[in-house]
Amino acid sequence: MNKFLKWFASDSFIVSLAAIFMGLLLGAVVMFIGGYNPITAYMALLQSVFGSLDGFGEALREMAPLVLTGLAVAFAFRAGMFNIGAAGQVLMGMTGASLIGIKVTGLPAIIHAPLAVIVGALFGGLWAALAGYIKAKRGVNEVITTIMLNWIALFLCNYIVRTFLLMPGSQRSLDVESSSWVSIGWLSEMMGNARVHWGILIAILASIFFYYFLWKTKQGFEIRAVGSNPEAARYAGINVNKNIVKAMFISGVLAGLAGAFETLGVFHYQSIYSSLPQYGFNGIAVALLGMTHPFGVLAGAGLFGMLTYGASGMSFEAGVPSEIIQIVIGSIIFFIAAQGIVRFILKPVYKRKKEKVL
Amino acid sequence: MAAAAPVVELKQITKRFPGIVANDSISIKLHKGEIHALLGENGAGKSTLMNILFGLYQPDEGQIEINGQIVAIDSPNKAIDLGIGMVHQHFKLVQPFTVTENIILGMEPSKAGIQIDYKTASEKVKQLSDQYGFRVDPNAKVEDISVGMQQRVEILKTLYRGANILIFDEPTAVLTPQEISELIEIMKRLVAEGKSIILITHKLKEIMSVSDTVTIIRRGKVIDTVQTSDTSPAELAEKMVGRNVSFKVDKIPAQPKEKIIEVNNVSMKNKNGVSVLDGMTFDVHAGEIVGVAGVDGNGQTEIIEALSGLRKIDSGSIMLNGKEIGSHTPRQISEAGVGHIPEDRHKHGLVLDFSVSENMVLESYYKQPYTKRGFLNFRAINDLAKRLVEAFDVRTPSIHTKSRSLSGGNQQKAIIAREINKNPDFLIAAQPTRGLDVGAIEFVQTQLIRQRDQGKAVLLVSFELDEILNVSDRIIVVYEGKVIGEVRPEETNDQELGLMMAGSRQVQGGVKA
Repeated sequence: MNKFLKWFASDSFIVSLAAIFMGLLLGAVVMFIGGYNPITAYMALLQSVFGSLDGFGEALREMAPLVLTGLAVAFAFRAGMFNIGAAGQVLMGMTGASLIGIKVTGLPAIIHAPLAVIVGALFGGLWAALAGYIKAKRGVNEVITTIMLNWIALFLCNYIVRTFLLMPGSQRSLDVESSSWVSIGWLSEMMGNARVHWGILIAILASIFFYYFLWKTKQGFEIRAVGSNPEAARYAGINVNKNIVKAMFISGVLAGLAGAFETLGVFHYQSIYSSLPQYGFNGIAVALLGMTHPFGVLAGAGLFGMLTYGASGMSFEAGVPSEIIQIVIGSIIFFIAAQGIVRFILKPVYKRKKEKVL
Repeated sequence: MAAAAPVVELKQITKRFPGIVANDSISIKLHKGEIHALLGENGAGKSTLMNILFGLYQPDEGQIEINGQIVAIDSPNKAIDLGIGMVHQHFKLVQPFTVTENIILGMEPSKAGIQIDYKTASEKVKQLSDQYGFRVDPNAKVEDISVGMQQRVEILKTLYRGANILIFDEPTAVLTPQEISELIEIMKRLVAEGKSIILITHKLKEIMSVSDTVTIIRRGKVIDTVQTSDTSPAELAEKMVGRNVSFKVDKIPAQPKEKIIEVNNVSMKNKNGVSVLDGMTFDVHAGEIVGVAGVDGNGQTEIIEALSGLRKIDSGSIMLNGKEIGSHTPRQISEAGVGHIPEDRHKHGLVLDFSVSENMVLESYYKQPYTKRGFLNFRAINDLAKRLVEAFDVRTPSIHTKSRSLSGGNQQKAIIAREINKNPDFLIAAQPTRGLDVGAIEFVQTQLIRQRDQGKAVLLVSFELDEILNVSDRIIVVYEGKVIGEVRPEETNDQELGLMMAGSRQVQGGVKA
């Protein structure tokens, strides 16, 4: 309990909170200059998220993939790598799930749905592990390879959908078998048919797994050592290359899960994408928002999902273009990344606090 | 009156950091043409004081006078304007730039305000270099010149900016014995030309040979200021540490037993195909310390990496207790009974962002009882850390403190604690006392000797000849990847060793120290 309280008083928590506040404030200023009423706008945003059960359910749906891609980026980050490829891994996850969901028939739901999810996760994991392998074997920076693999994934997945899974005459795949759906029927019904699915639960479990794995297990110890000082890890006898591949695999599994749940829980089919899915990249923002800590990522994705989902309500109710919300999100990330500015603004507050102590 | 004003006078400087008084009312006078040494253990407050003088920190109390004028130094730029130059311990040079480019960086002379006037700049650098006998090539790239030369570039940088007061922060920590004596010549030349120098160091030998005045600082307070000619190393050491320090390490004669490690005709090429180990052969027996003497870059790093499995050898064999380990992984070798205190403790010895207790199990985390069914057993890990921290006197606020925030000496103690706790048959100690103060050096050397007395084989690689001579039972000299000679410490001296390190087998006296 004590530890919990300490976390709330911790420097990084206060700075994050202040960054969010400053981002909202800056957004308000922009709206004000643009001739909109920021108070009405923010109220509309809150209204659309918390005003109705189905709104809340849809906001949850928005959060699930963000938590998972955020965790994916954060996990790689803890292992000393920057996984820009969450978008491609999400696509691979979708494709793996679609293949099982469409091609495999006659299985009971209790087997079919988990199988599709697992295969999707594996697709994502192997896709990321490929980048890890190239880094381990040849020392190629993972930033480059994951970006490249994003594009390869985009066209490869489109090819698979078009060739094997296409719904004739459309730009999407056939529907997946209903036995592979991961929607939570009773909850959806309760929430006015919002597309809630098991993904949000899995996302929460994944962040708990992330925490325990990284900080409490032997394998997590190795990954953290490699991430923090690969040379010292090597001197200590840790197999650095193996851990790079392993960490990328886990990171990719997390992103692949996001893709699998989007297909199986939300759309029930896979589109032919003209560009990479946004929440792949938003995962980077969420990871930053959450200070690459799993529980921070959970909170960051919550905020991010709320803002993105609420943006539509905001433009509908208050006539504020939804781009404004992108400015808000952008400035929050800016303030988190540029902690120096936040600390500078917070300085008078800190000083007073210190004097009190003395 | 004015003529006698010191070039720098620090008056009652006090600087507090949260939880510690780094400088407690420190007063120091630096006169023109003087080399004033600042002596103190790691963490005594020397660097803080110099950072105040250089404008990086502001003092909480006290004032600074330059040539009798009270000044406020609020930034390094102000310090440079006042003629203060700092030669940092870790060089601040751009590696792919030339010497001249590095020197003019930040104040590039220009033609018509656009084009950088390299010609004038390089001439000025050349002229400065000649004036003080630096022999620096203004057009060489920094990455191509030796560490000693790089340091001269740092000194030139301050002179180019018109410095009259030079601060040297631990200048010899990275230099070979030859480079040190050259640096001492340079410093003498600088003061002869009217510059004044503050020398931060904890090496007593240098202080005795170069400084005019010594101020000893301990725990943020000035203990004493003395004329170098009126003092002795023993007195200085006692004042610095606050107790008696013995320089001669106490040890009983070695009783070597069975052969533990046998390096036989080991060769290795580096990435560029250059031979770095060329048929190296030596052995270490249980119960003895073998010292490896040699100028940096003659194969010491490579043989250590080969012995610990970090690099593969091209040919030859390495036997540990009669078993070949030449192609084993670092972990296999570690488990076979080799402990390794690495040369670079920040880069190789510790994960700085890990806590002290996590670092204590960096090599054994996967074993019982530290891991149980895949999960770390923090109770066992913390118990071990507590025990080691106590036994090896690692001064840390807690075992959960990040090792980054420990002083160099305590980081090294933590590494030694971890390696000795492994109870290895063979212990490699690479530069184990580099950058440590007298108290910590004594501790480390005593630990090595204790290991020897317990029947371990110890290989000591050091650039400090005194250390090699004091601690080893047998000395091998390496040159260009080969062992070119073996001597007993009681039968040799640093002149002879110095000559051998330079590649000469001749044993002749009469060489200038």
